[in-house]
Amino acid sequence: MKKNQTHEEFIKGLWRDNPVFVQVLGMCPMLAVTNSAINAVAMGTATFFVLVGSSFLVSTFRHLIPKQVRISCFIIIIATFVTIADYTLLALVPKVHKELGAFIPLIVANCLILGRQEAFASRYPTKLAVMDAMGMASGFLLALLSLGAVREILGDGALFGVNLFGENFEPWVIMILPPGGFLTLGVILLFFNWFKFKKDEFLEDVAAAERSRG
Amino acid sequence: MNVAKETNSPSSLRLVLTLAIAGLVSGVAIIGIYESTLPTITANKARELREAVFKVLPGVSQMQALVYRDGELVVVDAPDKNEPVVYGGYDERAEFVGYAMPARGPGFQDTIAILYGYKPGEKIVVGMEVLESRETPGLGDKIYKDAEFVAGFSALSVEPEIFAVKKGTKSQPNEIDAITGATISSKAVVRIINEAHAAWSAQLPAPGSEPQLEAEEPVGTEADQ
Repeated sequence: MKKNQTHEEFIKGLWRDNPVFVQVLGMCPMLAVTNSAINAVAMGTATFFVLVGSSFLVSTFRHLIPKQVRISCFIIIIATFVTIADYTLLALVPKVHKELGAFIPLIVANCLILGRQEAFASRYPTKLAVMDAMGMASGFLLALLSLGAVREILGDGALFGVNLFGENFEPWVIMILPPGGFLTLGVILLFFNWFKFKKDEFLEDVAAAERSRG
Repeated sequence: MNVAKETNSPSSLRLVLTLAIAGLVSGVAIIGIYESTLPTITANKARELREAVFKVLPGVSQMQALVYRDGELVVVDAPDKNEPVVYGGYDERAEFVGYAMPARGPGFQDTIAILYGYKPGEKIVVGMEVLESRETPGLGDKIYKDAEFVAGFSALSVEPEIFAVKKGTKSQPNEIDAITGATISSKAVVRIINEAHAAWSAQLPAPGSEPQLEAEEPVGTEADQ
């Protein structure tokens, strides 16, 4: 039972409560840095590190932090992890850091991270909080990657910088420009909503069939 | 309800202490990561600069930083932060080849920072490398992705000044073919070089009397990879 719950906290972030496609959180980095798959992965990894680290600390110290100053404490913790991520990326992958630019420090302002601290990490035991953070962060990474991959393939004819179609491919430039982000995100959200709609319809049908049988 | 809440609320001292401790721990963590990554970051920057200098000045194998102080160019180890600096490039026999000049100015979206190689003897630009740019992907970023445009800077006269002309109409040594679809970005690069050249031309010594190469300078010693 306990194990199932831990498992569940991780899985829900990937699909059912996906932070981007279902909760529609973190739209700023989502639209801004997904013009190539590698940027999306770097951003997703940095966010993963910050979210898991902050959730771990917030959950561990949740009884020590008075609730009057909890938001300030969360922000201090998050900002520290963001600064660590910022310097680490600058030292290890300066090229990627240059591309992401101001969006790394802006992870502090990602409402997904503060939201998870307030809604989950500050109320649940450390193990569950870390699982929840890992699930949410993986969901975010997955969402960034799917957007980044689509935009890079269509807009640049490449994936992770590897040319896919050869010389004759005419890149659909708008896909790597800001409007391309909105277009791609819109189409993906459309798919998610359609999927949910179909699923609800199916469940209703099943329920109706059971009623008529019984 | 309200009264009960009041009595339960922790003292101000506890609130202040919690935040102070959190801030202290955070500060220590940030100093730690800053100190531990600084050497790598500095080395990366020095290597990038060195690679860029060697790229814009073909035939150069040694370099040193030069600044303009008291009416002449002097060799410095570490230029002050806001001091304009140029890099002197020298070949294996320590003969002066040319200057690598950093320059920056407004582009189509944001500041473009470039480095260009300049040979004062012939008064020509021999290479150009974009260091920093946020030009439109797919259009403006051709100022560094379009090999033809970049190659256009390999023998370009700066007298009286450089002109960007419509693609395929270059006829003078001081003209360069602009990129179709990125006219503003191309012209921005040309303008940045012209402005930097105008600003520096009075400060550079007469050709032939450039500062001598001083023994192994620090930027060049470590990054041999």
